[in-house]
Amino acid sequence: MFGLGILSGLLIVPLCGAAFILSLGDESESVKRNARWAALATTIVTFLLSLVAWGRFDPSTSSFQLVETHGWLAETIKFKLGVDGFSMPLILLTTFLMPFCIGASWLSVNTRVKEYFVAFLVLETTMIGVFQALDLVLFYLFFEAGLIPMFLIIGIWGGKRRIYASFKFFLYTLLGSVLMLLAIMAMYWHAGTTDIPTLLHTRFPVGMQYWLWLAFFASFAVKMPMWPVHTWLPDAHVEAPTAGSVILAGILLKMGGYGFIRISLPMFPDASAYFAPMVFALSVIAIIFTSLIALMQTDIKKLIAYSSVAHMGFVTLGLFTLNEQGIQGALFLMISHGIVSGALFVCVGVVYDRMHTREIAAYGGLVKRMPLYAAAMMVFTMANVGLPGTSGFVGEFLAMMGAFKANPTVAFFSVFGIILSAGYALWLYARVIYGKLEKPNLQGILDLDLREKIIIAPLVALTIYYGVHPAPILDTFAPSTEALMQSMKTALSNTQTAAVIPPVAR
Amino acid sequence: MYHAIVFFPLIGALLAGLFGRQLGPRVCEYITTGFLAFSALLSWGAFFEVPGSDHATRVQVATWFTAGDLVVDWAFRIDTLTVVMLVVVTTVSTLVHLYSVGYMAEDPHRPRFFAYLSLFTFAMLMLVTADNLVQMFFGWEGVGLASYLLIGFWYEKPSANAAAMKAFIVNRVGDFGFSLGIFLVFVLFGSVAFDGILPRAAEFKDATFHFLGYDWNAMTLACLLLFMGAMGKSAQFMLHTWLPDAMEGPTPVSALIHAATMVTAGVFMVARLSPLFEVAPNALIVVTVIGGITAFFAATIGMVQNDIKRVIAYSTCSQLGYMFVALGVGAYSAAVFHLFTHAFFKALLFLGAGSVIHAMHHEQDMRNMGALRRYIPFTSAMMTIGTLALIGFPFTAGYYSKDAIIEAAYASTRPGHTLAFLATVIAALMTSFYSWRLFFMTFEGPARWAGHGAAHHDDHHAAPASAHAHVAVQADGAPGHHEGVAHDDKGHDVEPASHSAIEHHDHAHTPHESPLVMTIPLAILAFGALFAGLIFKNRFIGEGMESFWGHALGHGPDNHIMHDIHSVPALVAYSPFIMLVIGFLLAFWMYIRRPELPGQLAAQQPSLYQFLLNKWYFDELYERIFVRPAKNFGKFLWKEGDGRVIDGLGPDGIATRVLDVTRGVVRLQTGYVYHYAFVMLIGVAAIISWYMLTGLPKVGH
Repeated sequence: MFGLGILSGLLIVPLCGAAFILSLGDESESVKRNARWAALATTIVTFLLSLVAWGRFDPSTSSFQLVETHGWLAETIKFKLGVDGFSMPLILLTTFLMPFCIGASWLSVNTRVKEYFVAFLVLETTMIGVFQALDLVLFYLFFEAGLIPMFLIIGIWGGKRRIYASFKFFLYTLLGSVLMLLAIMAMYWHAGTTDIPTLLHTRFPVGMQYWLWLAFFASFAVKMPMWPVHTWLPDAHVEAPTAGSVILAGILLKMGGYGFIRISLPMFPDASAYFAPMVFALSVIAIIFTSLIALMQTDIKKLIAYSSVAHMGFVTLGLFTLNEQGIQGALFLMISHGIVSGALFVCVGVVYDRMHTREIAAYGGLVKRMPLYAAAMMVFTMANVGLPGTSGFVGEFLAMMGAFKANPTVAFFSVFGIILSAGYALWLYARVIYGKLEKPNLQGILDLDLREKIIIAPLVALTIYYGVHPAPILDTFAPSTEALMQSMKTALSNTQTAAVIPPVAR
Repeated sequence: MYHAIVFFPLIGALLAGLFGRQLGPRVCEYITTGFLAFSALLSWGAFFEVPGSDHATRVQVATWFTAGDLVVDWAFRIDTLTVVMLVVVTTVSTLVHLYSVGYMAEDPHRPRFFAYLSLFTFAMLMLVTADNLVQMFFGWEGVGLASYLLIGFWYEKPSANAAAMKAFIVNRVGDFGFSLGIFLVFVLFGSVAFDGILPRAAEFKDATFHFLGYDWNAMTLACLLLFMGAMGKSAQFMLHTWLPDAMEGPTPVSALIHAATMVTAGVFMVARLSPLFEVAPNALIVVTVIGGITAFFAATIGMVQNDIKRVIAYSTCSQLGYMFVALGVGAYSAAVFHLFTHAFFKALLFLGAGSVIHAMHHEQDMRNMGALRRYIPFTSAMMTIGTLALIGFPFTAGYYSKDAIIEAAYASTRPGHTLAFLATVIAALMTSFYSWRLFFMTFEGPARWAGHGAAHHDDHHAAPASAHAHVAVQADGAPGHHEGVAHDDKGHDVEPASHSAIEHHDHAHTPHESPLVMTIPLAILAFGALFAGLIFKNRFIGEGMESFWGHALGHGPDNHIMHDIHSVPALVAYSPFIMLVIGFLLAFWMYIRRPELPGQLAAQQPSLYQFLLNKWYFDELYERIFVRPAKNFGKFLWKEGDGRVIDGLGPDGIATRVLDVTRGVVRLQTGYVYHYAFVMLIGVAAIISWYMLTGLPKVGH
């Protein structure tokens, strides 16, 4: 259609929806209603379209597929899109979660409704763009552009301290991205292109790799977020509206991990191997420290936010083990965490909409009035704990197994995470769901309504389905992981043999 | 067939769990119990069919996940060990389901209860049929989840919630080792499937593995790590603290999960991995010693507890110690045999205790019982049988299995066996003592319950809590009456009965015998407790042993322990019986002839008594060295680490400056202007980047 492929379509559809919503009139009830339905329809269409793309995608090869190239800036910087085994599941995760976000904001957002949904749709385009971009500049553009709608979502529709939270969010991520931009320029000057498939086969001098790796690391580590640059996340989550938290935890956090697997590991293999111990250390610190911090939280969202940081620790740990189990585990954990933490934030939103507080102490005994809610929350809590049979287990287990292969000591410390996660997750559950329903304002609380059931049921189903049968996702990662391992192996062995002979100048 | 055995309970659980409200409690009970009974029938069929085949049958169900060279399947491994466990699990579970129909008759949440019970059974079956370590881990954690849900079944009780969490978290400590063990096995063998591990164990006998700065014998390390998991699940010394607290759950749950099946998972695991443990003799020493210590120390605590369920809980802990002693000295078949017989008599004791509690309207404190034999003669007869089997009275089930363990501990030549022998013999004395103590306090002596005038707590009856005290027992579905809804956690642990008023509701009713649906399971279990030893002795540990077990257990070439136990001195062979008699006489003396004696003894030895009553102060110790420091450290990291250091130096510092400056320059009413400013900033950055990327490179080239 118009010379555009399906991947462009995935970018354009949400923008069209956004444009349509903008064209609606002023803030009247009917406009609000139309905006909601339009946003929902747009995200569902996008999701269906991504399913079509998934249908055309061949998961058995590691090459880029559905590639399309359009002229863009100057000669060398192209508008190039494509997907492979790493990005396809993440795109599906994005398009899958968006309708739930729209659904979760159905009633809770009542001011500037139009702008709110426009921000979300633009955000969707940028997120999909990050996962599709096959040009570094395009990648950078989407990576950074996503900041703006998210910043607005927190800053305008957020809670009491939203200004502080959005600033913190912005400062951190901006700092990282400046360095990334410098690194992209340096790569361009060295290789003469920003085309990602070409760069994947470009060997950068080892000394240069270190600097480039660190520059990208600054950006990705903030997005992950890794300890110690994680402190923006709890604040951002606490202040963000429910859907904002879902997107933040579900997808924005995955961009850092995606960056590592798309850029850092394959393009700078020597630097990745060199810096792996540092990443291990930071990951283990993240797993243990932030789990301990989560134990002490009094705010539901903050607790889940800290648990996200801990889980992302498993992701970085797995990615830098540089073996199949670790990398596939980390990638699977990204998808699983996207579903589970997104679902947990939806669950928090459900009670927040009713009681307008996130204080753990304000709840208790909900199971008596809300048995369905309690059951759903139990599934997600257990997935967060990493119980086998839920999707949370497979990723965590593989990541730790990979870590054990790479470095048993690191694995030893990371396994403490499974004890601590049980601690904070069950503690939260016991405080909120179990106990006596004593607080007078909770007496009339209602169980899930139809809208909430429709939102939560698929998430429950997927959490269990991917726990029992993770193959559809895991096997999609496999060929790309294998190819990555192969290229890294040759690169690393080349470095060892080439250590005596200086590399030929380009 | 094996699909049916394993998945029928799951179907039952799903039906009761998802559609419980539509189906109604009665139908849910029928569905879950019926599915399980069917599963049990099939299991018995397999039990008489499988043994004798010389290799394990493998039934592939599906692939779970693969990553690189790691392949994890959903599959069943069927050999003698599996079918023994199948029989134990499905039989006890069916009986417990049946019993619960009567026991839980007043509870409004029966569908949920039965769904949990069946879910537990499914997870347990997955565990025992597992074909690889990861599936075993699935079952392992699944039973942990079910146990968590069932201990916390009465979710309004804070003590039940605390106990449920404790059970899950302490088990996770064990899982910490189990996971690492799985990783190590995978690194060594390149596989997690039993077919790829067990036959090749000997290859790695002398392999070393560098871990945490030491060069370990790889097999020793792997076995120790795996054993850590077993210690957690089977409540062995140091990781036992959750089991007594787990008694907060309904009594049928205690019988099924915390006596007969789940807690024996650790024993099963070591038996399943016996080929690995056989090549790791140092790990076996640890197993022996931990088992011996547990057998001894749990028995000491059992002697002074006053809550009827807690006595049996410590007894379970102690008996599990026996099983680990047997495993440690290489007598795997004796361990599994004791697991088998123990399932019958311990489930019998728990369900019998449940019947007592039912009769006493949910009173659990033995100090408020007594003379019950006249009121509930059937239950008391069943409890007598259970007690006889537990203490190992000749020709009951426990006699064969327990004596074999004590003899094996004596006959062994492995280090640690003397300690284990002494510990198990002394524990046999204590077992007899606390069992009879329980029996005498409950069924004999004067009646100490209210309405018999002897009670000291009549004045509590007017307490507000009596509002939700006793609805007539058979009033079906009457809500609000739970097994001690408002229990206070420490209530049972203090000798002077300083109970909360709530606990002492109206005991004025005469104790009554339980309905048929509860007594029939008791009778069946009693039959097992009496005759399981006699009937199956030959197959498990006697002449027919070789052909019965096939290759299910991994006896090394030098392991003749099951042969050596026949040549122990007569004194050793009689020692359990001697201990049994002494224990009985002591209990008789102290609780029938001179009932004032225990109080005097406690007063004479206050520190020893408090030490035992407070369970060797393990809870307090762990609270002090693990829980509180972890919380304080967490708080420190949060407030000081994240708050002061990271935020203080980073974003807050910068943000404050930015905010100060902007505020000083433009005093605007809303904060939104900042956003637009930042959006513009990004725009500027984008334009500059564009210039640099398009313009500059030409210079470079």
